Amino acid sequence: MHPLHPDKIKELELKANAIRQSIIEMLVAAGSGHTAGPLGMADVFTAFYFYILDHDPSNPNWAGRDRLILSNGHIVPVRYAAMAHAGYFPVEELLTLRKFGSRLQGHPERLRLPGLETTSGPLGSGLGQACGIAYGARMDASARSPRPELGTKAAQVKWRTYCFLSDAEHQEGNHWESVMFAGKNKLANLTALVDRNYIQIDGSTEEVMPLESLAKKYEAFNWQVLEINGHDFSEIVGAVERTREEVSRPTVIIAHTIPGKGVSEIEFNYTWHGMVPKPEEAKKFLSELRTLRGKINNDE
Amino acid sequence: MIDQSKKLVSIRDGYGEGLVLAGEQDERVVVLSADLVDSTRATAFKERFPERFIEMGVAEQNMATVAAGLANYGKIPFISSYATFSPGRNWEQIRTTIALNNLPVKIAGHHAGVSVGPDGATHQALEDIAMMRVLPNIVVVVPCDAIEARKATVAAAKNNQPTYLRFTREKSAIITNEASPFEIGRAEILRNPSASSGQGADCSIIGCGLLLYNALLAAEELAKEGIECEVINSHTVKPLDAKTILTSVKKTGAVVSVEEHQIAGGLGSTIAELLVANLPTPQEFIGMHDHFGESGKPEELIEYFGMGVKGIITAVKKVLKRKS
Repeated sequence: MHPLHPDKIKELELKANAIRQSIIEMLVAAGSGHTAGPLGMADVFTAFYFYILDHDPSNPNWAGRDRLILSNGHIVPVRYAAMAHAGYFPVEELLTLRKFGSRLQGHPERLRLPGLETTSGPLGSGLGQACGIAYGARMDASARSPRPELGTKAAQVKWRTYCFLSDAEHQEGNHWESVMFAGKNKLANLTALVDRNYIQIDGSTEEVMPLESLAKKYEAFNWQVLEINGHDFSEIVGAVERTREEVSRPTVIIAHTIPGKGVSEIEFNYTWHGMVPKPEEAKKFLSELRTLRGKINNDE
Repeated sequence: MIDQSKKLVSIRDGYGEGLVLAGEQDERVVVLSADLVDSTRATAFKERFPERFIEMGVAEQNMATVAAGLANYGKIPFISSYATFSPGRNWEQIRTTIALNNLPVKIAGHHAGVSVGPDGATHQALEDIAMMRVLPNIVVVVPCDAIEARKATVAAAKNNQPTYLRFTREKSAIITNEASPFEIGRAEILRNPSASSGQGADCSIIGCGLLLYNALLAAEELAKEGIECEVINSHTVKPLDAKTILTSVKKTGAVVSVEEHQIAGGLGSTIAELLVANLPTPQEFIGMHDHFGESGKPEELIEYFGMGVKGIITAVKKVLKRKS
């Protein structure tokens, strides 16, 4: 693993901070949506859109792109914000979130906005679609190779399929069917990433319907399991590098995140799962983000 | 006259043959099965194109989502199971990941109708047409015999749309032939009394699936009594061929719809929606009247639930009395 240069980490941190501010702004403008999840995944999305993914914002359908599937569609504000900051569309368009005629639907729709890959919201269906994409890619890769036995099939697939998941959606049966399928078929070109923030609408995941031991469950289904701090850029990038080296199993990265990360009032508070800030609250939250909690004087 | 001497063939056999043809014509065609390879007739495809066959295990929800992913990537997936499970169990996955995404996944629902027979109500899909036709983007096709099933399967592989294909299990009569025209979205007139006798028809019998054979037999019986029926094969429930149906009904002024499905939401409902808005017409419905099926022999169940030749004759006579 090549450690990230401190300058790169600094750059990613600033980008993530700008994305968090956009999330607050768009949710206030929308007046409804989810706050904790998007803020918690801002670092992961930043790492992917600004370092990991092979993609082209000016050509979202480029055939050689990495596929990023968002299974838990309700956190899509973070994806929209990351995409806008990456250049897929103007940042101002973020304020149309959830409004009539907007390409930024309340839950992501593939046919509305290029670059989304799938439509999601109903939980538990993202990994199956990611499996289908990864399986299809591998079929073609092995069909093109005159001697597939000479190399691993995974090595012939240049691009990867990534699937971001919530932790609570592991309560859906469909999801485990897909976990079984990927394990059986040794989909080494597939990486799942779980936003392990331990919250869901009705409370803590471990009270509502316990998921632990999540890592052992995946191992039992023949997956490589990596656990990381989802706010540490070096760990995020390092884990993805390890998934690229794996040739015989799909990988799941369990990213431990803080729901609402970056805004102290929201952090760890499950009641913010499906709530958005009021305008006055947003002012305070944005100030906290802009000043990095009072560490710098950057509040206008 | 209908030739009753021809051998009976299961409609699902046509699907099996169609899959192989579709696979030969387009290498993007892949077939997924949820632990029902043989009874959904995917065996020949599996043997011919093993690298393009995917065994999903007993997991219909995953089958729908994986197929959505394969289609998203660029494949043309057919998903094979019993209709009570697919689209029965995986309806939401079909709605969100296939219909809303508008991806060309072909959902093959087998063992539809009470003609499944001894397996009983759990395995007799009677709601699948309704479940599929309420979804935007999805095309719904119900072939009437094995030949049409083969043509429908090949056509579905080419239409670039999410498509539901409905098949039955029991061996049934062949009522079309190799030369019969087939086009998704276009109904075919199977019996046209005005063409043969020069006399106008009294009633339009519009159906889909294996019961069309009973409709033809009923029309022959009725003709002996001087009641002429135009029999229409509306194999595509969605998009409905409004033109053919309205043209016929305009002449006859009476309709009997025939399907092995719940009356609520099926072909008959689709026709009624069309007529009420365009040409209000008395209509009788042959199908399941808010009942589940049960175990028994296919033909005895069809008779018991009023979908036999007698039932159709009674319905025609009833609707004629309502003609103004």
